[in-house]
Amino acid sequence: MKVRVHVSLKNGVLDPQGRAIHHALEGMGFAGINDVRAGRLIELDVASTVTDEALDEMCRKLLANMVIENYRIEKVA
Amino acid sequence: MAFTAAVITFPGSNCDRDMAVAIEEITGGTVHRVWHGDAALPDGLDFIALPGGFSYGDYLRSGAMAARSPIMQAVIAAAARGVAVLGVCNGFQVLTEAGLLPGALLRNAGQRFICRNVSLTVGTSQSIFTGGYFKDQKIVIPVAHHDGNYYADAETLDRLEGEGRVAFRYAEPVNGSQRDIAGVINEAGNVLGMMPHPERMIEDAQGGSDGRILFESVLRAVGVSA
Repeated sequence: MKVRVHVSLKNGVLDPQGRAIHHALEGMGFAGINDVRAGRLIELDVASTVTDEALDEMCRKLLANMVIENYRIEKVA
Repeated sequence: MAFTAAVITFPGSNCDRDMAVAIEEITGGTVHRVWHGDAALPDGLDFIALPGGFSYGDYLRSGAMAARSPIMQAVIAAAARGVAVLGVCNGFQVLTEAGLLPGALLRNAGQRFICRNVSLTVGTSQSIFTGGYFKDQKIVIPVAHHDGNYYADAETLDRLEGEGRVAFRYAEPVNGSQRDIAGVINEAGNVLGMMPHPERMIEDAQGGSDGRILFESVLRAVGVSA
């Protein structure tokens, strides 16, 4: 089973990377960008026996830092 | 009995030797070098130090993988027993990732790696780590980090300040840290994490010795004579 874990910074947490990307895009001449936030995509290939609870635990214990990040689990196939 | 300490080495640690030398020289004690894959710490430890570096290449998040290494279960248990634990730079990141300290260290606000001496203000002298300083004392200690931007929610920051758990603050903004926090202490008072490197400021040949007092404070507080 292919699983995608989307990790993003919580609202209110400063994102210097996103800000730098924002700057670069504007420097390239793209207009109308209100905000840029950079996250992380982690793809896992897991056995079908791996439960939702286990996936959730992987996210909370390692893949995301719950102090600063949110995560979303997406099952691809 | 002589002061007994352990310095943990993770894959990618690079300040572990400096830390061991500083502890040995200042306390006259025994320093055990412990590998991250070990399951147990030596017996009778007074002090555990998590050094700076780039454990696991800072992959995923700085300190994230190291915080889940086998030895950290033993460090967490030792901290719960009251053993003094110091995390410097990457060691601070590991301590927050392990849940031993509140908050997180984000990428520096200016995006740049910062490597220079910084002025700090001592936030409290009422801790086992800072007993040899006086409150509001200005000291100079170097930083060398990319992810030193301390973040915690407002409620946590208020509590840290209210309980005298901000050990050090940057005297001027350095990396975007909330309330200029450079080092914090846990609720029980026996775990300190800080971004500046006290082990790099222990003798005049290094440009100053303001970091020396931290190790002397621990030695005095733990109550073992060298």
